[in-house]
Amino acid sequence: MANKSISHGADSRLEIESTFKDRLSYLGRLLWRDRTGVVGILIFTTVVIAAVFAEFLTPYKPLDQDLYASKMPPMWEEEGSPEHPLGTDNLGRDMMARIFYGARVSLGVSFFGAIIAAILGVVLGAVAAYVGGRWDEIIMAPVNLVLSLPYLLFVVFIASVLGSSLLNVILIFGVTNSPIFARVTRGEVLKIRESAYVESAISAGARWWRVLLFHVMPNLVGPLVTLISFQISAMIFYEAGLGFIGLSVPPTVPSWGNMLSEGRRYISSYPWLTTMPGLAIMYTSLGMNLLGDWLRDVSDPRTRRSGR
Amino acid sequence: MASILKVKNLVTKFHTVDGVVNAVNDVSFLLEDGETLAIVGESGSGKSVSMMSIMGLLPMPPAKVEGGQALFNSKDGPVDLIQLPYEAMSDIRGGQIGFVFQDPGTSLNPILTIGKQISETLIRHLGISGREAKDKTVSLLAEVGIPDPTLRFDAFPFQLSGGMRQRVMIAIAVACAPRIVIADEPTTALDVTIQAQIVNLFKELRVKMGVSTIWITHDLGLVAGLADRVLVMYAGQILESAQVDELYENPKHPYTIGLLGALPRLDTQESKRLVSIDGTPPDSTILIHHCPFAWRCAHAFERCWNEKPALTTVGEKHTVACFYAMEEGR
Repeated sequence: MANKSISHGADSRLEIESTFKDRLSYLGRLLWRDRTGVVGILIFTTVVIAAVFAEFLTPYKPLDQDLYASKMPPMWEEEGSPEHPLGTDNLGRDMMARIFYGARVSLGVSFFGAIIAAILGVVLGAVAAYVGGRWDEIIMAPVNLVLSLPYLLFVVFIASVLGSSLLNVILIFGVTNSPIFARVTRGEVLKIRESAYVESAISAGARWWRVLLFHVMPNLVGPLVTLISFQISAMIFYEAGLGFIGLSVPPTVPSWGNMLSEGRRYISSYPWLTTMPGLAIMYTSLGMNLLGDWLRDVSDPRTRRSGR
Repeated sequence: MASILKVKNLVTKFHTVDGVVNAVNDVSFLLEDGETLAIVGESGSGKSVSMMSIMGLLPMPPAKVEGGQALFNSKDGPVDLIQLPYEAMSDIRGGQIGFVFQDPGTSLNPILTIGKQISETLIRHLGISGREAKDKTVSLLAEVGIPDPTLRFDAFPFQLSGGMRQRVMIAIAVACAPRIVIADEPTTALDVTIQAQIVNLFKELRVKMGVSTIWITHDLGLVAGLADRVLVMYAGQILESAQVDELYENPKHPYTIGLLGALPRLDTQESKRLVSIDGTPPDSTILIHHCPFAWRCAHAFERCWNEKPALTTVGEKHTVACFYAMEEGR
């Protein structure tokens, strides 16, 4: 072949993974390099395990009342007992059981909410950007309208009209957060659509749906992963907020927001009733944010390699 | 030689808020089978836009091809590229006409491996399986001079240097053995040593595959060693067209003469200031009904301001659109 004489000095350090095993070990090295990512995954995994295996992790049911053992402090305090590691609430329900079962609500609402919001928003935003013209205006007008409303007020209003149920909360979060996804997607798609690599894909004969699926969408993954992880942790907060004012899931369902709301009355005398769910919220959203950061870096081959 | 692409009276306009930009004004030319045609001209002279119009790659609106034909001798008989519906055009793009863009840094999708991007074109046009496409891609990578092609198949664009990326772009363009490759300033973003390598690669591929090439550039020095024939474009029009040797030895149009005079030379002893052509190209939002070069031309006389000169034959395969050159030749 011609031009054997070109120097490949800069390219000789190339790490290229061609086999599955290569890729797997590469993923491992990647994780090791980014310790915050490891912490994020660990935190996140513990929350998921707590939610999924709540039945096996605690002998108590979240709604089992035991008035003889009510208002017990966590085990590390003098009056606490190892039977209720995180204490009990005013009705003698085990705090740890309630937090584990409550994780189901928080994770369920935030995950399904974020997924619905992402799907809805990405479809709307992509259509608006790709079709353009009048459709862009028809889609983006309500999107911008929703974004101009004070978010929490808007959510509280819809929640109080629709009534409180798990499904309602998921749908409310899904729908009210989709405008953010629509806006981000539209902007990114407009940018990517004009990029030279889309032009060169078209000039190589790629059909429009191929361009959309293989050239535009994959380049959306980075920004969307960041947004989804951010939205999930935001929805955990919002769910707790709604629960706190009694508009999230019904009070019979253990959720972190409901626990906060019930514990509020005893905040000065039995502070663990609010501290425990509060810590759970903080822990989960911290893990989610760390994980999101790492996912963003990993989803883009350019930042994946930078030795940070 | 048979012609493979015949462009007739191509007119492209951009309808913008600032008015109508006349980007391509009545351009006609022929591309012969196996020929390398260079289109030279300064920025904004319409050389890229005329190629993009032919390929249907311009964003419409604002762009609009308002007239003309581009008769392409395709594998299934002659077609007019301007009239072709989108789907049929998309079959031709990449399959029968390859395109190489100026900036290899941004023309490759940053998050797909180069192997995927080349095999995508192969699968699209040749209808082969992913497995076959991979084998073919590896041999294509070798053919365009990329070392360790099997390994590079899984490389991402940012892991390659600019020259390597341009080789990948060329591999995509020639993947399906097209009849024409249009290269839009493929060496402008590269440094000079890499430029020479890319030019050599094109020459090699031309011998190997017998592909006709349209090479858009503003580098007259590059053209001399590469092209068979040269079109000189200015303000959306062709001012002169000639075989490459003829053009350099016997330029007719004052603009061409000016361009050649402006080339820096290594063979003169004393150091001189570089020559330039005074003035700027005309405002393209104004439709010009006389010679577009008249403002900057030292030889302009009355007729140049009243009529638009048409391309007139002044020698073998040598046409020029200039009243002064015609009078002189007579």
